[in-house]
Parts: sequence; structure tokens; C-alpha cells
Amino acid sequence: MTTVNTVVGPVMGPVMDTAVLALDPLLSGDLDLGIVGIVILKAVVAFTLLLVSVMLMIWFERKLVADMHNRIGPAVAGPFGILQTLADGIKLFFKEDLIPDRADRVVFKLAPYLSLVPAFLVFAIVPIGGDFSSGDGTVTWFGKSTYLQVADPPVGILFFLALSSIAVYGVMLAGWSSGSKYPLLGSVRASAQMISYEAALGLAIAAVFLTSGSLSTHDIVASQVDGSWNVLATGVVPFIVFLVAGTAELNRPPFDLVEAEQELVGGFHTEYSSLRFALFFLAEFMNVITMSAIAVTLFLGGPAGPILTDTLGWVWPVFWFSVKVFAFLFCFVWLRATLPRLRYDQLMDLGWKVLIPVALGWFLLIGAMNVAGDQGWSLVPVVLGGLVVMAGGAALLMGAVAKARAERLAEDSPERDDVPTGGSA
Amino acid sequence: MDAFVFLVSAAIVLTGAVGVLTSRNPVHAALFLVQTLFGVAVLFVLQDATFLAAVQVIVYAGAVVILFLFVIMLLGVDRAEDLGVEPIVGQRPVAAVIGASLMGLLLTLLLVATDGPTGAPGRTAPLGDAGDNTRRLGEALFTGHVFAVELTALLLTVAVVGAVVLARTVKGPLQPLPVVVVATATEPDEPADEGAEEEAEEEAKEEGSA
Repeated sequence: MTTVNTVVGPVMGPVMDTAVLALDPLLSGDLDLGIVGIVILKAVVAFTLLLVSVMLMIWFERKLVADMHNRIGPAVAGPFGILQTLADGIKLFFKEDLIPDRADRVVFKLAPYLSLVPAFLVFAIVPIGGDFSSGDGTVTWFGKSTYLQVADPPVGILFFLALSSIAVYGVMLAGWSSGSKYPLLGSVRASAQMISYEAALGLAIAAVFLTSGSLSTHDIVASQVDGSWNVLATGVVPFIVFLVAGTAELNRPPFDLVEAEQELVGGFHTEYSSLRFALFFLAEFMNVITMSAIAVTLFLGGPAGPILTDTLGWVWPVFWFSVKVFAFLFCFVWLRATLPRLRYDQLMDLGWKVLIPVALGWFLLIGAMNVAGDQGWSLVPVVLGGLVVMAGGAALLMGAVAKARAERLAEDSPERDDVPTGGSA
Repeated sequence: MDAFVFLVSAAIVLTGAVGVLTSRNPVHAALFLVQTLFGVAVLFVLQDATFLAAVQVIVYAGAVVILFLFVIMLLGVDRAEDLGVEPIVGQRPVAAVIGASLMGLLLTLLLVATDGPTGAPGRTAPLGDAGDNTRRLGEALFTGHVFAVELTALLLTVAVVGAVVLARTVKGPLQPLPVVVVATATEPDEPADEGAEEEAEEEAKEEGSA
């Protein structure tokens, strides 16, 4: 931590200035038509980029899973089957648009958009480029300097958390409004899972706040220059918690109980067809990409990386950012091809009894280290004391869990007649 | 610009509030509530209280209303209700009188004290620059009001423990205290009453059909 603090120290000056301004330099002066144009251009480019990468991501996932299964995968449409997603999209577009008889029509139509809009909006706060190591993370286009992100709200990552809690509505309402049993079960599962893991996700992100000292994504990236990436500065544990909770938040395997085909047909979107189904599908893959982008921003220094050439220097950060995001995408597909699905009780146990306590304990430890740094205390006793307290807490928690399990087993044992209905659910 | 944003978000808030009252389906009412909460979040942003706006969406829209929806869906009360029936006699006239007088009070205050809605940031508690907002809120909460914060945390913990205790299924004859329940739960073989037998039968049926 001491090294981190000394590294962050000198950087904090300019960072704090931008934090107080909390604005893209593009927007700090008077608005004119060119500035409005750049903002619109950024939004359109971000949207197109996301759509194209979704298309490629679906193809990549199918191709990679096929490789891992020793199959060929999509191979007909375009070179290497790269246009398969486009073909599927067009097919979905022309399919019949069904609304079940017992559906709640308004909510049924609303739900796909509640999934899609947050998935896109999250990408707006991700800085996908900009030279942070020698500059202040701005690029100059048409004589105006600006951040390479659509928006940099002062609450930054909280915006991401807010939108991911909105995304729950899309899933939940889709299942409910279908007026059918399987979607309802799937959506109740999905929303329970997303809410449970959102807590662990938020605590992992809070550790990043403590280390970086800001909520804004731009400032979080700026605090990670010189290679002091948050993945090490926060001590790896929040990163792992973030990845596991993020995978669960995305309903990706091995946490895809939401659409467990063997139990639930298709999960919350069973009754959807045509374009509305395509929107859910799009939102799902957009979320995979934005979650990877958020992970890169928070823990892996965002677009940080060596700038190898002087001409077109702004391309390199974008390139490094894409490489890092791609590594995450590969891992998501790898997980899907490798791991079997968890059981529902395992899922809830992992979330509530492991991830949340670990993330909370680590958050408190980092907080204690920050206080020690401010007060000039020696770090060693603080960290050791913190670890001892955490170990005590963990022992208490494990004892309580073991006791509860023993009691439950005693109650469930066949000698007793009054067996409780319902199990661990 | 400020006034425009204020008027639009105020309209969103008010239509949402009216929707909560008038929709016959509880799920629709919950959704209108979300709309109102969103409008309030926009109003917070307008007042430079961006942190509050984010928290408003995360906590209220993301947790509280989701819990409402959970309860509505799991209890199966998501059917349209007849609003013509008055559950508590005399409730509506009283509510109308109280609501009208509150409305009159607020309108009077609005007309007497200010020059109409402007949407400008409040003058009583300037929060400084937008980026500074989170820091100042944190400082205020954890220095001046730390006792209240900790008390609230304790209250919430008590509420959680209370909910767990209430939700515990008590086996056998009703026990007055959870301590007693723990003590008897370790004793084996209590005489089973009819209800328990029925439960066991039902479970056996469920297992058979599944």
C-alpha cells in the first residue's frame, strides 16, 4: 500500500482538479454547434461500436465454443461464418411477433427495452482511449480536446450500479408479464440472483473507490497510471469477487440458472419471439461486453499501455483497451465451455456466505490501511490486526453456518415426523 | 433550461404518483412508483446532488420496489383489484381532507414564499461543485451525524434479526420465545399432530409428482 500511496500522491493533484471541475474539457466552455456535434458523434460511434462488437462477440463465442467442443461451428455465412449473427438477426426480424393471450400487453412490450437501454447506457461511462500516462487522458479532435468516453458523470461507477439495478426490471417484468409459469419461475430466480450478487459487486467496487479516491471512471483510470493497477493496489481479492459476482450478474455460465433449459425451458424470455427476443439477446451480449469494459476500467488501468508510435498516438490506448476487453471476453466463453451449472442453493451460498463477507472484510481492511496512511501509523500492526479481526469474524460466521446446517439436518432427519416442507430454498 | 428540466421531471413525478393511485393492478402501481422515483432522481441531479440521485435509483428503484414486486408476484396478488370497494370505512373522505389541506399548505407556501418554480439549486444548503458533492455528504454523515447513522444501522440490523425470527417456522406447539424453540428443537420425537402429518403427506405427494 505504501508504494501505491506514493505513486498515487503526485498524480492526485491534476486528478483532484478535474474532480472538482468534474467535466469533460469539451463541455467546460460555452457550447457551440461543433461541441454538440462531437457529443452526438461520440454517442453514435459508441452505439455502433457496441452493436458491431456484439455481432462479432456472438460469432466469436459460437466459434470458440465449437473449437473447444471439437466442432466446426458457424461456417456458411461469410468468411469463417462471420456473418452468421447478421443472418440470425435478419431471420429474427422477420419472424412472427407473438404476444401470449394471458400476457400483460403493455409490460410485455416494455420489458425488452428495460433490458436493452441500461446495457447500452453503461458503455457511455467507459473511457475507451486517451493517453493518461503523459497527458490528462484527452484527445484532440477538430481542434477541441475531449475525453474518449461519451459521458463522465461525477458519480461515475454508481451510474453503472444504478443501471444494473434497472436491468433487473427488464428480466423480472418479462417473466411476470408473459403470464406463464416457466418465465415467472425464471424471472424470480434471475432477479433473486442479480440482487444477491449486486451487493458483492458493489462492495468489490467500493474497494476500488477507496484506493482510487474517486467515483468518476476517468479519475479511476487516471489514478492507475504508472502500472499501479487496481488489481494489485486493492490486493487482488476485490478483483476476484468482482469477476465472480459480475459473471453471476450477467447470468452467464456457470451461473445461468436463469435459463436452465432442462428445468425452465428458456427462462424469463420463453414467451418472447421475433424482434423482442432479439432485443433480450442483444442486451445479454452487450452486458457481457460492458461488464468486461468496466472490469478493465476499474482494475486493469483502462486504456493504459505503451504508446509505440507518435503518429496516430491516440490509437494505441484504444488498442490496449480492446486487447484487455478481449481477454475478458475469451475468459467468459472459456467458463461457458468448461464449467457445469451450479445448483440454486450453491449459488445462494456462494453469494451470501462467501462473496459478500469476503468483499466486506477486504473493504474494511483497505479502509483501515487508508486511515493508517492518513494518520502516519505503521502499516504492519494495522494489517496484522485487521487480518486477526477478519479471521475472528470468519470463524464466527463459519461457526454460525455450521450450526445452522447441523440444526437443519437434525430437523430434516427421518426420525422426526414433522418434516418441514420446502427445503433449503 | 433549469425551469424546463424541472417542469418535465415534475410532470413525470406527478403522473407517476397519480398512476400509483389509479392503477388497478399492483404491478402497474409499482412501476408507476419507479417512474416517480426516477423523476425525483432527475430533480436531485438538477440540484447538483448527483450522489443522492444515484443512491435514489440504486436503493429505491433497485431494491425497495424490486422487493415490492417480489412480494406481489410470490403472494400471487398480481390481479387487478376492484377500486370501488373501500377496505376501511371512512378512509377515503379522511384521506381526501388531509390530502387537500396538505396540498393547500404547499401551494400557499409556494405562492407566498418564492417567485414560482425556477428549478434553480436551493439556497439554504449549497452543496458546492458537483464533484465535491459526495465528499461533503460523506463528511457530514460521518462526522456531525455519525451517531444517527450508527443508530440507524443498529435499527436496520434489529429489523433483519426480527424478520428472521418471525419467519422461522415453529415446529410442534407454539413456543413463546426463540430460545425455547432452540432448546426443544434438539429433543427428538415429539408427538406429531395432524397438521404435521398432513404436511408430510403433501410433501410426499409433491415428491411423487415431481
